[in-house]
Amino acid sequence: TPLATSQRQFILNAIKSGQRLDSRNLYDYRPIKLQFGVEYGTAEVKLGASRVLAVTTCELIRPITRPEEGRLLFNVELSPMASPLNHSNDVIDRRIALERRLEQCFVESAAIDLESLCVIAGEKVWFIRVAIHVLDDVGNILDCASIAAIASLAHFRRPQVTVVGEDVTIHNRNEKDYIPLNIHHMPLCITFAFFHGNGCMAIDPTDQEEAVMESKLVMALNRHREICTIQFTGGVTLKVDQVLHCCNIALTKANEIIKLVQRMLND
Amino acid sequence: MEIISPEGLRIDGRRPEEIRRFNCRLGVLSRADGSAYLEQGNTKALASINGPHQAGDKAKIKHDRVHINFQYSMATFSTNERRNRPKGDKRSIDISQLMREIFQSAILTDLYPKSQIDIHVQILQADGGNYSACINAATLALMDAGVPMKDFICSCTASLVDSKTIIDVNNSEELHFSNPLLTLAILPTSEEIILCQMKSRLHADHLEDILKAGIKGCKDIYEIMHREVLNHVREAAAVMNAT
Repeated sequence: TPLATSQRQFILNAIKSGQRLDSRNLYDYRPIKLQFGVEYGTAEVKLGASRVLAVTTCELIRPITRPEEGRLLFNVELSPMASPLNHSNDVIDRRIALERRLEQCFVESAAIDLESLCVIAGEKVWFIRVAIHVLDDVGNILDCASIAAIASLAHFRRPQVTVVGEDVTIHNRNEKDYIPLNIHHMPLCITFAFFHGNGCMAIDPTDQEEAVMESKLVMALNRHREICTIQFTGGVTLKVDQVLHCCNIALTKANEIIKLVQRMLND
Repeated sequence: MEIISPEGLRIDGRRPEEIRRFNCRLGVLSRADGSAYLEQGNTKALASINGPHQAGDKAKIKHDRVHINFQYSMATFSTNERRNRPKGDKRSIDISQLMREIFQSAILTDLYPKSQIDIHVQILQADGGNYSACINAATLALMDAGVPMKDFICSCTASLVDSKTIIDVNNSEELHFSNPLLTLAILPTSEEIILCQMKSRLHADHLEDILKAGIKGCKDIYEIMHREVLNHVREAAAVMNAT
């Protein structure tokens, strides 16, 4: 159901005066709860009321494009259960947009060491597939999905293999313990929503704010102060200072959230 | 192999702050409402505009704005190895979506309610900066079609190599190292950013330098595009006055 005009006006006026419906500040995230499942590589993240589940699995495949590297693939499931917007025809576009953002954030920035996933060059490599299920879409599922994805990848354990000539033996858990993936750095996506031309900016928009926002900027960063990806397309136009301002805010936010994820992983 | 040699030259002999040779022509296709052909170095793009016309898909009609259809495709012969899927793969769909959003905010969409504009860009030869060439070609084609826009949209790529920024990155520079690649599109008069996409890792301290370099590259491209559009209009006006 689309937002009523009075609702849009209310949200926009509130943002103009720096207030949000859930009494957050403009630059605050909603509370983040992270829970790991029984199986290695299962992580569920609650960002306020948004819920995303990430499950990492692996299998041995024949490499297609790069013979000496493993492959990391993100698969996002947007079911109508999560949001009534997922009934429409453009759910495919939104799904592809989410998958591409996650690919840009994790795969293209070399967050996972793919070369260590090579078993026999050109023949067998590990194919790591992260399935992201959006359970409840109450806004900003990209950030939620990126937290779930990195937690899931860090939590995941893969079997060890021994190669004798052409034979590959995958050892089960009793013979040899499963080992974690080689993670170079942990990036996270931070989403900024713009309202009123480029007059107002808020972090972590809820679904209602997403319905009235004019544009969004996604920045992915890690704890080494490196920007892994920036994605901003139209809606409003930004000046260089605003992009730099977003970068500074994103740096602090990413740091906090990654610290939280690492603390949960250690437990 | 170094991207910038000790003398300060890049692989193709350019200086770090030089853009590639830029050639463009408007009105190259006779059946399209607007078209443009553009070459940025060895990257060649062809854009065609159909519209504004009556919206075909009833589901997409917007009562107060024009609906923009954008299709980005790379010809099968555009890259070193034959591309099996010119369009319809994930990246093309994603890029088409992004381009649609950019042009939706730059075109004065309120002027054509319940209508549709189809923009089709094909990359004939991909030598780096494909998305930039796509945006520039589409802008020129829209100018040729006479679609009112807020301003030109000029796009350029920039990268950072050994703490030095380079502009208008070609394919061998893109692929060779895992250096950050920034694709930037601006509205040149106000220097405001309408597209900012960055790949690979960049340290936050260098963000300002790479953005400023990108904006300068976009403005250099704007000079050439603007000149070409004025020439095209003068020629068209001369023909009209003669008849």
